[in-house]
Amino acid sequence: MNVTPGALRTSGHHIEHTPHDEHWLGAMMLAPALVYIALLLGFPFLLSIWYSLTDVTVGSQAPQFVGLANFRRVVESATFWESLRNALVFTLVSQALVVVLAKVLALALVRDFPGKWLVRLLILLPWVAPISLGSIGWLWIFDPVYSIINWTLRAIGLFGPNTWPIWLGQPDLAMASVIMVDVWRLLPLATVIILAGMQGIPQDLHDAAAMDGAGFWRRLLRIDIPLLMPVMLVALLFGIVFTFTDMVIIYVLTRGGPYDTTQVLASLAFFTGIQGGDLAEGAAISLFLFPLLVAVVTLLLTLAHRSEVT
Amino acid sequence: MHTASTTGSRGAAWTGSRWRVYCIQAGVFATLAAFAVFCAFPFYWMLITTFKDVHDLINTANNPFLFNLPPTMENLRVLFQETAFLRWLLNTLLVGVLVVIITLLLAVPAGYSLARLAGRRGRLLAIAIFLTYLIPPTILFIPFSRIVGALGLQDSLWSLVLVYPSFTVPFCTWLMMGFFKAVPRDIEEAAMMDGLSHFGAFLKVIVPLSSAGILTVVIFTLTLVMQEFVYALTFITSSSQYTVSVGVPTFLVRGDVYFWGSLMGACLIVSLPVALLYNVFLDRFVAAFTVGAVK
Amino acid sequence: MATVETRSLTKRYDSTTAVDGINLAVREHEFLVLLGPSGSGKTTLLRMIAGLETPTSGDVLVGGHFVTGLPPRAHNMAMVFQSYALYPHLTVADNIAFPLQARHMARDMVAIKVNWAAKLFGIDHLLTRKPRQLSGGERQRVALARAVVRDPVAFLLDEPLSNLDAKLRASAREELQQIQRRLGTTTIYVTHDQVEALALGDRVAVLDRGSMRQLDTPQRVYAHPVDRFVATFIGSPPMNLVGGDHVETGFRPEHFLPVEVFGDDASLERFTLNITRIENLGADRLVYGLLAPPQPPVKVISRIPCTVSVAPQPGTQHVFAVRRADLHRFDARSGASLDTALDAP
Repeated sequence: MNVTPGALRTSGHHIEHTPHDEHWLGAMMLAPALVYIALLLGFPFLLSIWYSLTDVTVGSQAPQFVGLANFRRVVESATFWESLRNALVFTLVSQALVVVLAKVLALALVRDFPGKWLVRLLILLPWVAPISLGSIGWLWIFDPVYSIINWTLRAIGLFGPNTWPIWLGQPDLAMASVIMVDVWRLLPLATVIILAGMQGIPQDLHDAAAMDGAGFWRRLLRIDIPLLMPVMLVALLFGIVFTFTDMVIIYVLTRGGPYDTTQVLASLAFFTGIQGGDLAEGAAISLFLFPLLVAVVTLLLTLAHRSEVT
Repeated sequence: MHTASTTGSRGAAWTGSRWRVYCIQAGVFATLAAFAVFCAFPFYWMLITTFKDVHDLINTANNPFLFNLPPTMENLRVLFQETAFLRWLLNTLLVGVLVVIITLLLAVPAGYSLARLAGRRGRLLAIAIFLTYLIPPTILFIPFSRIVGALGLQDSLWSLVLVYPSFTVPFCTWLMMGFFKAVPRDIEEAAMMDGLSHFGAFLKVIVPLSSAGILTVVIFTLTLVMQEFVYALTFITSSSQYTVSVGVPTFLVRGDVYFWGSLMGACLIVSLPVALLYNVFLDRFVAAFTVGAVK
Repeated sequence: MATVETRSLTKRYDSTTAVDGINLAVREHEFLVLLGPSGSGKTTLLRMIAGLETPTSGDVLVGGHFVTGLPPRAHNMAMVFQSYALYPHLTVADNIAFPLQARHMARDMVAIKVNWAAKLFGIDHLLTRKPRQLSGGERQRVALARAVVRDPVAFLLDEPLSNLDAKLRASAREELQQIQRRLGTTTIYVTHDQVEALALGDRVAVLDRGSMRQLDTPQRVYAHPVDRFVATFIGSPPMNLVGGDHVETGFRPEHFLPVEVFGDDASLERFTLNITRIENLGADRLVYGLLAPPQPPVKVISRIPCTVSVAPQPGTQHVFAVRRADLHRFDARSGASLDTALDAP
């Protein structure tokens, strides 16, 4: 029996907007962003592919189609393979270090303590400083003559009179230095992401593990890390993308030297295309980044999705 | 009831576990100290170098940790008076503000559309947009250099204003989508019952409610702009149009001579405010990074 | 000998005292229920017994040995959490096996015990599933199996039935009791549901704001509450209280019946009731009303079983009565019971 007086009944029992209106509004609100992305990401990307198939240079007026010639030239050059190898070493080593160190740091930061905000600020600094400027800081730290690292280690006696590493001038040391700067830069981001993931693990699970008699290592390896896997994979994903496509650190610290031992794909593309003027070859080199990135991203996202437990 | 042997074992139990707790605390403290030093030392070093007299810096016999000659403002003076540092700061700020506006205008409605209005196809679109964020500048800067030249924007800050949203819009759309999804639908529906149109409800109710998300977008965009290097290096060549990120490395290095004092001063001046801002809004960033990516 | 004992166990957080000097001795094989409203400290007490929280002062003893401040591993108890706390990434079998593996048990032994525990709770067909594929009731059994598999000194259960729907709860309760009787393990069970407490407990400890008001069998807690709090907390609907200058009189709704029911029993206390409302619950009828003069106008409830055919109507006045033996007297100021014959348990 309907006892609602007529005056109290509202005209709409539920909101009566037609599906047509909704779609129109949705499309209109989405359109500007989509158009921009299509024009300024999609179009240049396709252009990049086109360039790699022509002989375009910085000054050329009428580029000719040359098919896969650029790619052939790139693949035949030893520098390319060295750059690819360096890029892989650079990325894999630095990211392995980042994930492990970030986990350690996150474990240390889990509990509250006085002055935590200050520690947090200090640890954030590498990530928030512009990377070009941070790299310059390291350039000064690695300076062949004035390196503070060398000075300190000699002062406390660890370096003998003949030990004075030229951090950016010796091939393996240069790669190690570049890796260290990348780790330094990405550590804050990875730590913060992992910390957030740790907060997502219910305290009950830790209590249950304690009741079950699990010690620190068992709890870490059999409970925390498996549950953190999706988050750690995301941190790894961002880290790999940032590192693999990075050219700033190398540009500032070594310019790819000594003798191309720290040249990576991204920096090689820059030097070839912009500084060297050969846009076509530069495009070809940089395009090699793409399939590798897509493969890694797909792999990591699939793994992350599959390791989700709820 | 057996209580005989228990007092002794109780004492041992107490000290045993207390000792363990102290050891762990010391270990944690040491770890934190090590990491803090690793992360912050370059900035500390920048700080010292900024105020060091050039002759003190160059003298290899001096202890670099001490001010062997009195600290000086000379490096900062060079930075501000003999370079276009202030100009670069202004350029960076100008580009930053414009890019923030563009990003907000594009990403906020798009994020809302994906969160509420786009349905199943929307989810695919959202993933696609997230993936475009992963197209690195190092693939795009070569075609961009031609496009920028063709548009006559070579060596102009407008080239950056045009191009920078290409890496801010995808991620900020994703961010806003996450924020809007967290707002219950009931609120829009209540606003529409009160007589607003759907878009009106969005503008007058949802947007103010999501001010946290919008603030995140603003800060994230600003910091991305300040840090960007590759595009700025590629498109801009005249020193008056530099942004800070490019101007400092390029201009303060003349051939083989590095003006370390001024360089370090510039780095510090730019890095610290950004760091303070980030520290305040840190938790929101983290939520954005993790919530969106794995779903 | 007490299996588990607490002595003056206290837990303080900043300005609040969650647990205030509780002395508890749990007997071997006993099913002890910690009963109290939220905020009474029962879960904190349980967690201190488990070793998950460190007491501010006082001691916990297991088998006569002091374990205060030691990690849970040293307490050797098993706990079932309200949320079950199953490891979401492990299968049911791995969940149950986890505590055994933590003690480095041989693999074949582990398998035998896991199968035994799973069979005990009827979940042996679910061993390869993951928690997210299980229903609430199934998850609860996995949690119980994980607790049982280790043969601990005591089981600690923190409101394990509260997440189940009502029908499931009753059968789960029965099963729980049967298994505890079979295994004989000392059990400490926390709940806010007094029906559960009375049904399951060998003894019930009633807690209020950090202190233990009464520790007794369910029968005695019901029939001889030691103070006003216990008297009104136990029993649904709660005991009726009629205030006087120095003495409060209490009588339970189930003892407060229309005078006709009692026949010729002489030792009755009579009350005239102005009936305001009747709730017909099927098995019982709840009669709500106000006491008429000379009693103060106190709201009282009567619970009339459906087997009684007397049917007072709302808006009328009716004479009700309580057997004098069923009356409880409490000190009006302190709330303590003034009745005699409270033997120590």
